[in-house]
Amino acid sequence: MGLLDKEFSDGNVVIAKVDDLFNWARLSSVWQLGFGLACCAIEMMATSASHYDFDRFGVIPRNTPRQADAIIISGTVTLKMATRIKRLYEQIPDPKYIISMGSCANCGGPYWEHGYHVLKGIDRVIPVDVYVPGCPPRPEALLEGLLKLQEKIRNESLRKKTV
Amino acid sequence: MALKTETMILNMGPQHPSTHGVLRLELELDGELIVNVKPHIGYLHRCFEKHAEAMSYPQVIPYTDRMDYLASMYNNFGYVIAVEKLLGIQVPERVEYIRVIMGELQRIASHLVAIGTNGLDIGAFTPFLYLFRDREKILSLFEMTCGARLLYNYMWVGGLSHDIHPDFVRLTKEFINYFRPTITELNNLLTFNKIFIERTANIGVLPLDTAINYGVTGPSLRGSGLAFDIRKEDTYSIYDRFDFEIPVGQGLVGTVGDSWDRYYVRILEMEQSLRIIEQAIDQIPDGDVKAAIPKRIKPPKGTVYTRVENPRGELGYFIISDGNLNPFRVKVRAPSFVNLEVFGELCKGHLVADVIAILGSIDIVLGEVDR
Amino acid sequence: MKNPEEIFELLKKEFPEAILGIDKEAPTEPIILIDPPQIKTISLFLRDNPELRFDSLMVLSGVDDANGTKVKDEDGTDVISGGTLSVYYHLHSVYLKHKITLKVSTPRGNPQVESVYNVWRTSDWHEREAFDMYGIIFLNHPDLRRILMPYDWNAGYPLRKDYKNPEFYQGMKVPY
Ligand code: SF4
Repeated sequence: MGLLDKEFSDGNVVIAKVDDLFNWARLSSVWQLGFGLACCAIEMMATSASHYDFDRFGVIPRNTPRQADAIIISGTVTLKMATRIKRLYEQIPDPKYIISMGSCANCGGPYWEHGYHVLKGIDRVIPVDVYVPGCPPRPEALLEGLLKLQEKIRNESLRKKTV
Repeated sequence: MALKTETMILNMGPQHPSTHGVLRLELELDGELIVNVKPHIGYLHRCFEKHAEAMSYPQVIPYTDRMDYLASMYNNFGYVIAVEKLLGIQVPERVEYIRVIMGELQRIASHLVAIGTNGLDIGAFTPFLYLFRDREKILSLFEMTCGARLLYNYMWVGGLSHDIHPDFVRLTKEFINYFRPTITELNNLLTFNKIFIERTANIGVLPLDTAINYGVTGPSLRGSGLAFDIRKEDTYSIYDRFDFEIPVGQGLVGTVGDSWDRYYVRILEMEQSLRIIEQAIDQIPDGDVKAAIPKRIKPPKGTVYTRVENPRGELGYFIISDGNLNPFRVKVRAPSFVNLEVFGELCKGHLVADVIAILGSIDIVLGEVDR
Repeated sequence: MKNPEEIFELLKKEFPEAILGIDKEAPTEPIILIDPPQIKTISLFLRDNPELRFDSLMVLSGVDDANGTKVKDEDGTDVISGGTLSVYYHLHSVYLKHKITLKVSTPRGNPQVESVYNVWRTSDWHEREAFDMYGIIFLNHPDLRRILMPYDWNAGYPLRKDYKNPEFYQGMKVPY
C-alpha cells in the first residue's frame, strides 16, 4: 500500500467529486495498444524499457485493442497500413485516446514530398489528442506527451451535457 | 472412408507484438502444425528509392538512416563508401578509424535489441530490460558524438559530420570494461537457460545449401556453419588491419543452423566487435575528419555496387550515376528483405508457437524489408 | 577466381547469339549485356559450370533507363514513350569468390524478361519488386504479384521516371 500503509487508526471515508475520482483512476492507468510502426517504435520501446520506465505512469502495453485505452502511433503510416490502423482504432472501446508520435505520424515527416505511399499525417484517418514532434522524439518528449494526455483526461467530465 | 480435412488459414499481424513491426503472416495450419507461411510485406514501404532519385547525394544520407533504424550508422557507412568509390576519393585515416568504431558499436547495439526481443517473444522479460539498459550506454556514446540517439546522419561523403568528443575514447574504454562481464551474465540468464534452449534448439533448421540459394547472409548464414563475412571476404574500409574471428554455428545444443545457433552467433559476434573496437581505439591517428571534396558532389557517369556487413547481413548499394547532382538510381540490397524470404521454408512442419521463435532468430527490421 | 573479362570470353564462346556485349567504362564495373529470353539458360550455366559456380544472386534491380522520347500530356507533365527498362543481376560465388554483373534491356512498351526463379530463389521477391515498381513482366515466375504496394494499387508503377501519384487511394488523400 506504500505511503499510506498503516497510517490511519480508524476506517476512513474520502470525499471526492465523481469526475475527479474517475479521471484520476483513468489517467493513472492508460494502457496503450502494444504496436509499433517504424523507427519511432524503437524509441517507444526504449521508453518502456529500463531507464525511462513508462510503467511508473501506469502505461502498460496491451496486445489486444479490446483492452487498450490509447494508441501511440509510433512511426510512418503508409497507405497500406492506414486502413488497418483505422480498424484497430474502431475496435478500441470508448473512451480512447491517440498520441501521434513523431513527425511522420504528425504530417508525413521526411516523406512528405516524394512519399507516394505515405499517409501525410494520421489525423487524416483518425482523430488525434496529442502530437509529439521530433524525428524521432526523445523518450522524454514522449513522456511529456503522456503527461499532456493525462492533463486532458483530468479536465474531462462524465456529466451529461445539458443545454 | 477417409475423413476429408481442411487446413486452416490464420492471419498474424500486421498488428502483432512479435512481428517486430508491421509484418503480416498468413499461416496455413493443419491442426497446430504449419503447412505453409506466406509473408505479406510493404506495410512500411516509405519509398526510399524514389527519394534517393529526387535528392542530391549528401541529402540521401538521412534517408538511409531510416531504413534499418536499428543500425543507422552502418547504413550511412555503406552508402558513403559507395559514393566515395564512385567519386574515387580517399578519406583521411582518422575518419576510417572512427567509422569502424562507430560501426562496431552499432553492431553491438543492434544485436542487443535482436537478442532482447528474441527472448522477449519467447517469454523472457528480464533479459530485455537488462539489454536495453546496456544499449542506452552505447546510445549515450553516440549522442555525445553527434547529438542523436537513434538516427545519426553521422557519416558524410568524404568524412564525418563531427569529430569525436575528447571524452569519447575514455568512455568507450569504460564501456568495454563494463560490457565484457555482462555478456557472461547474459549467457547465464538467457543463452544457456533450459527453457530458452527448449524453445530454440532444433527449431527452424536452415541447411547451408538452402541458405546460399536463398541468398541468406549475416548471422543467419553463419549460424548454418559457413564463415562468410564481408568484412573478411570483400574487405572494405580498414577492416583488414584488425584481428578478429568469424563465429559460426556449431550445433552446440541442437542441430547446426537452428534458431539457437543463429542466436548464439550474435552473442559471439558482440565479443569480436569489442575486440575490434579495442584494437582501433588505441590507434586513432590525429587529423582532420573531412576530406577535401567539392561542395557540390557530382560523380562521373557510371555504376557501382558495394556491399558491407551490416549487423543483419550483406547490405549492398547499387548506384547508377548519370553525371548529375542526383543519383539516377539507388537500389538497396537489404539483408532483412532477403533473409525474410527463407522464413516460409524454416517454419514448415513446426508448431504455431515456434513461428515467433524463428522470426526472432532471423532478426528482421521492417523498415529495411520494405524500404 | 576469374575476372569479368574471362567470364565474358567463356560465355561468348558458349552462347555466341545471346551475349550482346560487355560495357566497361570507368568507374563502371564491367557489365555483360544479355538477350532477355536467354537469361535463364545463361544463369543456369553460370550456376552449374564448375569453373564459375555463381551460387548466389546478390541483388536483382530493375531500372528505368528513361531513354525514350519525352512527350507532354494534357496536364503538362512528361510522359516517356519508347526506350527501354533494364534489369541488372549482381552475382557472386561464395566458394570461388568472384563477382559479375549482368544486364538485360527490354522495350518499355512491352517489358518481358525470363524469370530466374528456379536458378536462385533469392530472385523470387526481387522479381516481384521489379514488377511492382517498374511493371517488368517476369515470364514463368510462379507468383508475380505486387509486393510492396497494396494489391489493389492501380495507379501505375511508382519508380518509373514518369510516374504520377494519384489524388486519392481508398478515400485517403495522397499528396501533402
Ligand atoms: S518521425 Fe522520424 S523517427 Fe519517427 S518514424 Fe518518422 S522517420 Fe522514423
